[in-house]
Parts: sequence; C-alpha cells; structure tokens
Amino acid sequence: MEMLVASAIGIMTAGGIYLTLRLRTFPVIMGISLLTYAVNVFLFASGRLTIGAPPILRDGVDVYTDPLPQALVLTAIVISFGMTAVVVMIGLGAYLGSDDDHVDDQPVDIDGETEGNS
Amino acid sequence: MTHWIIAPIVLPALLAPFIVLAARYHIGIQRVFSVTGVLALITIAAGLAWQASDGTITLYQLSDWAAPFGIVLVADRLSTMMVLLTAVLALFVLLYAIGSGWDDRGRHFHALFQFQLMGIMGAFLTGDLFNLFVFFEVLLIASYGLMIHAGGDARLRAGVQYVLFNLIGSTLFLFALGSIYAETGTLNMADLAERVALISPDETVGIRIAAVLLLLVFAIKAAVVPLHFWLPSSYAEAPAPVAALFAIMTKVGAYAIIRVYTMIFPPDLEATAGLFGLWLLPAALVSLAIGMIGVLAAKRLDRLVAFSVIGSMGMVMISIALFTPEGIAAALYYIVHSTLAGAVLFLISDLVRTGRTDLEITPQPTIAGAPLTAGLFFVGAIAMAGLPPLSGFLGKLLVLNASYDSDLMVWIWIVVLSSSLISILGFARAGSVLFWKSTSVPPTDETSALPHPAALSYVAVGGLISLLIAHTVFAGQVHGYTTTMAAQLFAPEPYKAMVLDTAGKLSKPSKEEH
Repeated sequence: MEMLVASAIGIMTAGGIYLTLRLRTFPVIMGISLLTYAVNVFLFASGRLTIGAPPILRDGVDVYTDPLPQALVLTAIVISFGMTAVVVMIGLGAYLGSDDDHVDDQPVDIDGETEGNS
Repeated sequence: MTHWIIAPIVLPALLAPFIVLAARYHIGIQRVFSVTGVLALITIAAGLAWQASDGTITLYQLSDWAAPFGIVLVADRLSTMMVLLTAVLALFVLLYAIGSGWDDRGRHFHALFQFQLMGIMGAFLTGDLFNLFVFFEVLLIASYGLMIHAGGDARLRAGVQYVLFNLIGSTLFLFALGSIYAETGTLNMADLAERVALISPDETVGIRIAAVLLLLVFAIKAAVVPLHFWLPSSYAEAPAPVAALFAIMTKVGAYAIIRVYTMIFPPDLEATAGLFGLWLLPAALVSLAIGMIGVLAAKRLDRLVAFSVIGSMGMVMISIALFTPEGIAAALYYIVHSTLAGAVLFLISDLVRTGRTDLEITPQPTIAGAPLTAGLFFVGAIAMAGLPPLSGFLGKLLVLNASYDSDLMVWIWIVVLSSSLISILGFARAGSVLFWKSTSVPPTDETSALPHPAALSYVAVGGLISLLIAHTVFAGQVHGYTTTMAAQLFAPEPYKAMVLDTAGKLSKPSKEEH
C-alpha cells in the first residue's frame, strides 16, 4: 500500500508540475488542482498509513489511526477548492478582458504594444 | 485569562461581515466603521504591546484546550510589535484610500480590507504552524480580492499571476507541514521545538527537508530572489493603497522566518546548521542587488517602487540570515522602516498618477500640487535608498555593524554599499525626470483638466512620513527595544514553558498527581 500511495503522490505531483509550467491559465489551474490533490494525499500519509482503524477512542480497540491529518486535510481541501474557484474566476476575467490566456507577461514591442493581445 | 489577545483577530472578523451585510450600499457608513475599527485595533494593539514590553508572554488557549492539541495564540514582544505596526499602517492606508476615492472604485474594499487585517494579525499571533497556514490563506484570499479591486485588464492579468504563484506557495507550505508532521507528530511551535531537539543526529534527513521546504515557503512570501517573480507585477498593478498595505505582507514572511527559525530550528541545531549562512545569505545579497538594479532600470514609477521593496526585503533578509541577536535586532528595526518607507512610496506614486495619464518615467506636463508631491517623494526616496538623516541609513548601519563576525562580511559591505549607490541613482533619475523635467513640457488642455489629489491623501502620506521621522528620532529607544526582542527570541524557554505547561483541557498530567 505504501508503494501505491507514494507513487500516486509522485505521479500527481509530476503531472501537476508539468501542467503548471505550461504558462496558459487552463493547464496551470489544472496543474495546481493536481498538486493540491497530491498534497492532500501526502498529508494523509503523514499520519502513517493504517487500514480500517478508527480515529476516535472506543472500547476494545487497540489500533488507532491518527485523527489529526484528517482534520488538516479537511481544512486544506476546503481552502484549495475555494482558491481554485477564485483563480478560475479571475483567470476567466483576465481572458475575456484581454483575449489572451497566457499567464506570463508577453514581450513588448518597441511601440509599447503588447504582442498577441493588441 | 485575558481575552484581549484574540481581539485583533475577532474585531476585523466581525466587522467585515457586518460591513458587507449592513452597509453594502453606503460607502460613507462603510468608511466610518472601517476607520473606527482600525482605531480600535490600534488601541488594542498598543495595549498588547505595552503588556508584552516587560517581557511578559501572554498565552490564549482557544476553548481552554491545552497545547499541543489545542489552538493557541501567543503574544510576545515580537508579535505585538508587528500587530501594532500593521494596525498603524492600516490606519494611514485606509485614510489614503478614502481620501483618493480608491475604496469607491470597486465593491467591498472595506470588508476585504478588514479580512486582510484579520489574516495578518492572526499570522502574527498564532503559536501553531497549521494555523499559520490558515491565516496565510485568510490574508491571501482577502489580498486576491484587494489586488483586483477596481478591475481592468492589466490588473486582472497581474492578479492571475499573483494568485497562481501564491497557490503554488500554499501547496508547498502544505507539503512542508506534512513532512514536519510525519517527522515529529506535532505542529505546535513550542512542542515542535522540544521534539526537533530530540531527533537523533543520524535521522535528520526528513527534518532537514522540512526545514528547507518551510524556508522556501516563507521566502516566497518575503519575495527573496529567486522567488520574487510574483512581486513586481502584482504590486505595481494593484491599487496604490492596496500595494501600500501589501508592504506588510512581505514582512509576514520575514516574521515567520524569524519566529520559526529562532524557535524550532535554532542556530545551534546541528540538523539545519548552514542553512542560513550557505543559502539564505547569498540569496538575500542577490535580492538586494537585483532590487536596487531594478530601481535603476524601471521604466515606470510603480515598478520602481516594487523593486525597491524587493531590495529592502533583501536587506532585511541579509540581517536575518546573519542569525545573531544583533542581526535579528537590526532586521526588526529595518522591518519597521522598510514597511513604512515602502508604503509611503506606493502612496506617493499614486499621488503622481492622479495628475498624469500614466506612470512612465518620461517628462510630462507638471502635475497639480507638484512641489509638495516632489518634496514628499524626495523624503520617501531618501528613506528607501538609505541616505542620512532618515531611518534607512541607521538601519543600514545597524545591519553593517551586525555583519562583522560573518564569513561573508566583505561581500555584505560591498553589496550593501554599492546597491545603495545604485538605488540613489535610480531614485534621483526618476525624481528629476518626473518633477524637474516636467516644467519643460507645456501643459495641454487634456492634462490641465486632471484632478488635484485630495487633502486627506496628503494627510495620510504626511502621517506615514512623520512616523518614519519618529522612527529615526527615537532610533535609540526602538533599537534598544528590538534588542530586548531579539534576546527574548534567542531564549525561547519561557515561551515554550508558557505554551506547554499552562493547564487546560487535555493537558499533560501535572507532577503532583503522580
């Protein structure tokens, strides 16, 4: 299981970084979403992996899973969803306004006109 | 248990929804509540700073849950000073926003402003790394809204970059927190400090990675080269009062570095030794150099100021990276100075913009109120470039003085002194083109119709400048206080004892019960 979780985190991170480097808003947002998924799974794994163990104290149970990462992940998921929504809206606004979905600043001509969105 | 310590977080948190819900369509009422709230914040912050000034560390356990499981807020000298600085800066920024009418150019400026304050205050007061993350997010969410306040294509494009960069930063922060939690099983700073010290020297790989990741995250916030890319566009395109408020946001990164690396990874910890001298100090030197070269190279006034902010953060980071009590004391003095100076310059660049069509550093017809604006710019530039008699010069002297024992002392002196010269050239060039050459261009009908900045704007800028002057005049006392602050930071035992030994729900059983 460790192998599966670790490779899942690794693949998602790699894909996320690749997409983030694409410099156009849609792939970058997708890439950051992938990265947040990866980090959420990573946070889960930071409390050690256990199967079928309860996180809350109860009678007759010896093996527990760490409840704290679950609380952390819950917070992180909410924040990352909110952030993704915000960046989609701002990215959409920027795209509609300048008819260009590049994330980086485009090179400027000698006339001061920006290439691509003039 | 005193409840005042949570007031700087709760007050803006209550005020912001109230402004959104009750005063949505009345900019006047919003202004009254916003200013009153900030005045109350200043009073509370001053009270907290006074309380902490004799070395008292105040602990607040939310719902009386004891650390390390409960959430705690801790107010010591450093936290309260930063809280007070934020509150005072917020007042003048708010006055400027009201005077210049920026708050009326988009919706919900005041509500977002209060949320932003809540996040900053929380980040300064929290005693727990995960809550530091949460408060970072709170201040970032508000700053996204403020950054694109009043809209416009250029601003939205810069906003996309700003948001995306910070999202990557947040993800990195979570990775850092995950690795710290995996290594130690706690995220409370005081508890972490105790547990990190117990890690055996053979098994430090994980904690070293965590320490570096965390440093990267804070360096992104502090805009240290090579992680500064987000800053010039974002700050230059943001509305001027917002950019002035953002002057404190880079300092949140600096604060977090000081807090975490004096408490959790102290200089004598073997696992992270060399992190500062080997990596942060050269990066800080490059930041200072790049910032000041950017000042010389900038074609627009707002970019110029943004690069000078990067340069001044480089200066702060040099001083922090020395990692001695003298270095931290100098850094804290310089943090106050560069926050005020950065904010002043952003506001002045908006004063210039009011009378011009753009902020290109080219000769254009004289703006309304040019002599006064030019004078203010002159003072602001002197402060930022670090010329005598203002506090930038004293701060620079303190940093140079603290660098005597460093291996890189020669480099620090070379970079600090030559970058000062470059920034003086940059500011002199900008000032002379903007204010002197403007008389050679005859006014046109189009430009003479441009408005005169409001009196309240000048009051706000003047207020900040008088604070800078006070920071210079009382430099001895301020530096004395930052020295005691550094001493408190380098002797964290009372802090740890206060956080870990105060009883509460689920606290460790006390010794008498055994």
